Amino acid sequence: MAELLKVENLKTQFNTEGGVVKAVDGISYHIDEQEIIGLVGESGCGKSVSQLSVMQLISTPGEIVGGEVIFEGQDLLKYKAHGSEMRSIRGAKIAIIFQEPMTSLNPVLTINQQLTEMLELHLKMSKKAARERAIELLSMVGIPSAKSRIDDYPHQFSGGMRQRVMIAMALSCSPKIIIADEPTTAVDVTTQAQLLELMKDMVERFKTSLVIVTHNLGVVARYAQRIYIMYAGRIVEEGTTKDIFGKPRHPYTIGLLKCIPRLDEEEGRKLVPIEGLPPNLINMPPTCAFLPRCSYKVGRCFQESWPPLKHLHGQHYISCYANTEERTSEPAAR
Amino acid sequence: MVEKHTSDIGFSEAPVRVSEWRRFRRVFFERKLVTFGLGVLVLLVIAAFFAPLLAPYDPYELGDAGESLLQPSGEHLMGTDILGRDTLSRLIYGARTALMVGFISVTVAGIIGIPLGIIAGYFGGVLNMVIMRAMDALMCFPMLLLALFLAAVLKEYFSGIWVVIIALSVAIIPGYARVTHGLTLSIKENDYIMAQRAMGSSNSRVMFRHILPNAFPPLIVLVTMQLGALILAEAGLSFLGIGIDPPGAAWGAMVWDGYRYLANNPVLWLAPGIAIALVVFAFNIVGDGLRDALDPRLRGLL
Repeated sequence: MAELLKVENLKTQFNTEGGVVKAVDGISYHIDEQEIIGLVGESGCGKSVSQLSVMQLISTPGEIVGGEVIFEGQDLLKYKAHGSEMRSIRGAKIAIIFQEPMTSLNPVLTINQQLTEMLELHLKMSKKAARERAIELLSMVGIPSAKSRIDDYPHQFSGGMRQRVMIAMALSCSPKIIIADEPTTAVDVTTQAQLLELMKDMVERFKTSLVIVTHNLGVVARYAQRIYIMYAGRIVEEGTTKDIFGKPRHPYTIGLLKCIPRLDEEEGRKLVPIEGLPPNLINMPPTCAFLPRCSYKVGRCFQESWPPLKHLHGQHYISCYANTEERTSEPAAR
Repeated sequence: MVEKHTSDIGFSEAPVRVSEWRRFRRVFFERKLVTFGLGVLVLLVIAAFFAPLLAPYDPYELGDAGESLLQPSGEHLMGTDILGRDTLSRLIYGARTALMVGFISVTVAGIIGIPLGIIAGYFGGVLNMVIMRAMDALMCFPMLLLALFLAAVLKEYFSGIWVVIIALSVAIIPGYARVTHGLTLSIKENDYIMAQRAMGSSNSRVMFRHILPNAFPPLIVLVTMQLGALILAEAGLSFLGIGIDPPGAAWGAMVWDGYRYLANNPVLWLAPGIAIALVVFAFNIVGDGLRDALDPRLRGLL
């Protein structure tokens, strides 16, 4: 499939009083047409910031300081953040679903007003046509009796329902890419599963690509084709879902997988947490940020700067000096 | 269909959803004082609109000799002033002046002050600095003093009531800008504002379609309370001789005229004085009632 979006060496920092926070420190990734990718990392690793940077939605004290975001042959970062070019991309070509369904809808406007706004703005639809389309979208995402509920206010919807509305809103202009920023964090597990299934269906139906940003490996395992693992503002491992879950090679990924319980494992295995805390992103050492927590570290890690991404095979890359291969094959590690 | 089903198995005890409007009315009208205030305001509006029909006499028509300073009687319910004009008629026409000054000033100040506050709060930075410091500078002066100064300057270019309207509008713009600025600062941090921007809304669309409606409840309260303050200020200005040109009817001017006959003809100054007090009180109490009824934090308590 053709490449749709290519992010090259993207850097975003926040100039705070305590110092410069390098929230995103030179990440590169790409997404193909109709592909689902996962962007995984713990809180504060820069995954959401990277996505907001792609949309140029970073506001002061944040600042995009470098890199390229190539979408349909154009570098989006060359556009003015508030300019009309960028606005015609947002919502229309790249849409984003935020994690908080309870607060992502304007409480004083009806669902109809909020859904049709996009259609009128980007697709220049008439009020009537936009309303019809909005009803259609709402029933597509599984809102019962959409025709009567469309004039309701957000507070009359439950969290899961609101997230469905958000999905409908994101789909409304048939964007090329949908970024789902922790779309299921705020809803219960049953709803999570329903919403993810819905998103997958919709992505197939609308021939859209999907970026799932999450800290939950379980979420991406089922849906994503490729996965990027982020740590402290950088991508530390990337590969197909099979690579990541079958043969994880970066110590961080290995650690993450060790702390997830599995249904198919033998009884009695202890879950192994990753020791320590993620680093403070101010005044980062030049060495690998995962070093203090790493159980695979070798002498080289202390001397050299953060390792560049190393190609392993196929689409599998890691950013690590250590040889993790032998130990991951041990049964104890899995 | 679904409802029937659930009620059959006894799930019908779920609380009935009370509509916002019903809740609003209940809280608002529950307090007798608020209802009274609203009644006063309704009367005021009726008096202002139908002044020519309600007033028994022409408020500008001078009386014949011997008709001046009449005590209240069947013919002149509130007596007449020094020029023989019917006090009741002038009182009714005065409602027009009061309301007109109040509403126009509030509207003009709102049209200027609210966008200024939203823009300052939304964009922040230098723009915020410039706008808000300018507002602070305006706020330094007591409202009446500022209005007095402006009225003195403007008197050259505008006539009568418009001087008062412009002067008072300028004097209350900072209040609007401040309140809106504060509201914008808190509203713009909401997720739905970010979501709107992510969907390609322009800044002006975000500001005026998404932030402004969320700021409405406190602004409505502000407007109501300021209407009272404005009517008081207008009365103050016309009492000081600025504002409406004679023979126009204004309550403040009537108090000034009447106060020279303090003991002999108390109705002359008491009637407009009470009217001012009553209307200002009504606006304040209704503003208070609105605040209680619109405040979501009091939901369930009241």
